[in-house]
Amino acid sequence: MRRKEKFIEALLALCAGISVFTTVGILYVLVSESYGFFATVPLSEFLTDDQWTPLFADQHFGVMPLVAGTLLTTVIAIALALPVGLTIAIYLNEYAHPKLRKSVKPALEVLAAIPTVVYGYFALTVVTPFLQQIFPELAGFSALSAGLVMGVMIIPIISSLSEDALFAVPKSLREASYGMGATPFQTSFKVLVPAASSGIIVSVILAISRAVGETMIVAIAAGQQPNLTANPFVPIETITTYIVQVSTGDVERGSLEYKTIFAAGITLFIFTFILNNISFWIKKKFLQKYE
Amino acid sequence: MKIRSLILLMLSISFFACSDKKGGPPSISIDGSSTVFPVSEAVAEEFMAVNPNVRVTVGESGTGGGFSKFSNGKIDINDASRPIKSKEDSACKANNIAYESFMVAYDGMAIVVHPSNTWCNDITVEELKRLWEPSARDSIMTWNQIRSDWPVEQIRLFGPGTQSGTFDYFTEAIVGTAKECRTDYTASEDDNVLVQGVAADKNAFGYFGLAYYNNNKDKIKAVAVINPKSATPVLPSIETVKNKSYSPLSRPLFIYVTDLALERQEVRDFIQFYIDNCAKLSESVGYVSLSVEELSIEEAKLAKFLEAHPVKTAQ
Amino acid sequence: MSEVNWNRIKDRSFKYFGIGCTVFGLSVLVVFLLSIIIQGVARIDWDFITSMPSRFAEKAGILPALIGTLWILVLTAAISIPIGVASGVYLEEYGKKNRFAKFLEINIANLAGVPSIIYGLLGLEIFGRIMAMGGSILAGSCTLALLILPVVIVSTREAIKAVPDTLRQASYGLGASKWQTLSRQVIPASAGGIVTGIILAISRAIGETAPLIVVGALVFVPFVPSGPMDQFTVLPIQIFNWVSRPEKEFGVNAAAAIIILLLVTFVMNGIALYLRNRWQKKIKW
Repeated sequence: MRRKEKFIEALLALCAGISVFTTVGILYVLVSESYGFFATVPLSEFLTDDQWTPLFADQHFGVMPLVAGTLLTTVIAIALALPVGLTIAIYLNEYAHPKLRKSVKPALEVLAAIPTVVYGYFALTVVTPFLQQIFPELAGFSALSAGLVMGVMIIPIISSLSEDALFAVPKSLREASYGMGATPFQTSFKVLVPAASSGIIVSVILAISRAVGETMIVAIAAGQQPNLTANPFVPIETITTYIVQVSTGDVERGSLEYKTIFAAGITLFIFTFILNNISFWIKKKFLQKYE
Repeated sequence: MKIRSLILLMLSISFFACSDKKGGPPSISIDGSSTVFPVSEAVAEEFMAVNPNVRVTVGESGTGGGFSKFSNGKIDINDASRPIKSKEDSACKANNIAYESFMVAYDGMAIVVHPSNTWCNDITVEELKRLWEPSARDSIMTWNQIRSDWPVEQIRLFGPGTQSGTFDYFTEAIVGTAKECRTDYTASEDDNVLVQGVAADKNAFGYFGLAYYNNNKDKIKAVAVINPKSATPVLPSIETVKNKSYSPLSRPLFIYVTDLALERQEVRDFIQFYIDNCAKLSESVGYVSLSVEELSIEEAKLAKFLEAHPVKTAQ
Repeated sequence: MSEVNWNRIKDRSFKYFGIGCTVFGLSVLVVFLLSIIIQGVARIDWDFITSMPSRFAEKAGILPALIGTLWILVLTAAISIPIGVASGVYLEEYGKKNRFAKFLEINIANLAGVPSIIYGLLGLEIFGRIMAMGGSILAGSCTLALLILPVVIVSTREAIKAVPDTLRQASYGLGASKWQTLSRQVIPASAGGIVTGIILAISRAIGETAPLIVVGALVFVPFVPSGPMDQFTVLPIQIFNWVSRPEKEFGVNAAAAIIILLLVTFVMNGIALYLRNRWQKKIKW
């Protein structure tokens, strides 16, 4: 019996180890290629130059415009998805009729299933012209349009996973709160959300990660003009758009221009890493376990 | 039980991974430029209509990506919207990949503006250069800076992204060096997006492939380019690109084939079919065919090679 | 105003806000679907589904792309679900004690944020070249499985975490071993949440374009793939290709293909949903 238990544990550990294999693989690919890049372009220039034009004749290798683009679109996406997604989760969990929950939740999950290519074109051909009527100065490509559509795409990540977390809070807690005369609003925000905070925060982290790593929506609708700006109305370029642009394009493999993909990729990787560490620290502070 | 199904699953996956594809149908692998893709696709489709037992597949990894696979012997044919670069050629040599190249069509580049743009009807190469060169960034912003009798309004520029062969060719032909270009314009790799952009803005000015202009004549207006040699304005069309009067904005498209691939009968048949039919088929997808003389040069090139290298692998 | 009344107002306004947000989410979905359906539904007929791609828009069909998508869907799910759930179970139930587990946790969350195209480059190197799978369906599925693994793992963990410890203790108290407790109590109890994670993950995989192109999915595939080692294309790639063609008829084709892709996704979601409903119903504590 003991042997079987040990065997199962080892098997499960092996599966978990695959994630390590993935990270090692990704790091190996990223580091080995960017090593060549950083041998040519000094790190200081990479971090401080305010232009990113490696594919033009006059080459600049400052990564900040790309980082700014990624940040801007992500912030817009989360600004939409977090309040809306969380509100939907709470509404479905506490206020809505169970039948409504059963039909609305999967309907929203469809939003996550729409191919990002389709979202991208939707952003470009429907959302942008619509927004241009409200903001006439909006350019044909913009962080705003892409960010909002990305936000819509990640709403179900937050709403569904948070709703599951809220659903799993023991009934006894709910009933105790109502027993004391609390409204659903108070119950939700003072009892349920804190109890489910681990799951909710995780859903937000997943959503942010998704937004940061999103490729096609921004590639199609946000533009290809690296721009160090906080203005959501102008074209920008994200790290992911740049990577797609070069890796499916005409650049010779092994050239400096090609290696810029990996330099950009490793920047993204480190960026996500820092973000995740902050989130985990936050999560640890708020984790509650109820019996 | 869960464990058993897990183990079964892993075993079946490894079985699949090990199983080899032993002798499938004869196949030809093509990859490379997304510009040349429609031509190769058309040829492949027509070829397979008369040779149904041959499988031809076409990918779109880009000219550079295609050359990378080509120099490793992973594909038989590379679609290229530019000639092979020296580094790529060295890679081929290093891997003992000898190859042949054939020109198959021309792609024209149309200069376009919004239909309600009444002032811009023709433009010189020198004016184009002043508009697009790197120093124009933040300095050449209004129409009248190009020609004094044009309005004092902001020009909105649209053009292909840096990954596009159209971009490389345009910058080389107009500015003088490939990739030398101002960086403040609306770029897109998708020419349809550029069409939309120009069609929506009265002050738009853009350039992209001829096929996209031809398919959207109702939405955009072409600007005649003044031929530097004859000093006459010429509008872009299949005829003017073909008879070379529309100049310098047209570029040749190529296919590269490995000699190794040409040892197989099906590839020889395919390349022969390609050259024989590329005139008709390239025009059917919006490109410009080679002239009769140019075509016969390519035919001769192929014939010479086939004679010197008889078939090695029997079908 | 009394405290009670103020609370009621907050409650009521939040309720309307909640309805508003839900309606917003649903109406975006409806607008979106309607615009696609209007553009593409007329093009859908049996010929469209069973034809090969062609440069003539009227003749072009999606059969290879559709079959390719189905192959990828099944294989990616088959690879990622067992590995993902197993990893999640390990991390949540066995791995609490050591720093290795903590490291794995951060590691996995990180992987969720890596852009899909980097997975494509990784897949090309490891599955395509080193494991010599070439540009096959298997290489594509393995790559996508890696891509969505973090989501499956994380949602599995959260679902398991939410199961009250009392359940576990009760099971141990009755003499069950760790694995028996897990397989018969904990995992079934968390199945609903696990399925949600799987739904979200697989939905993403179906819509992926860029990593598959890099791994070697083609654009013009005039035959139906017959095995996991065959070359292939998928609906998103076909859609992407058609949308960038100059001829307008291809835009209609693309809209039609999008409808088919969404239908495939709906059916898959529907099956998963049915399972989730069945399993979540059993939970009452």
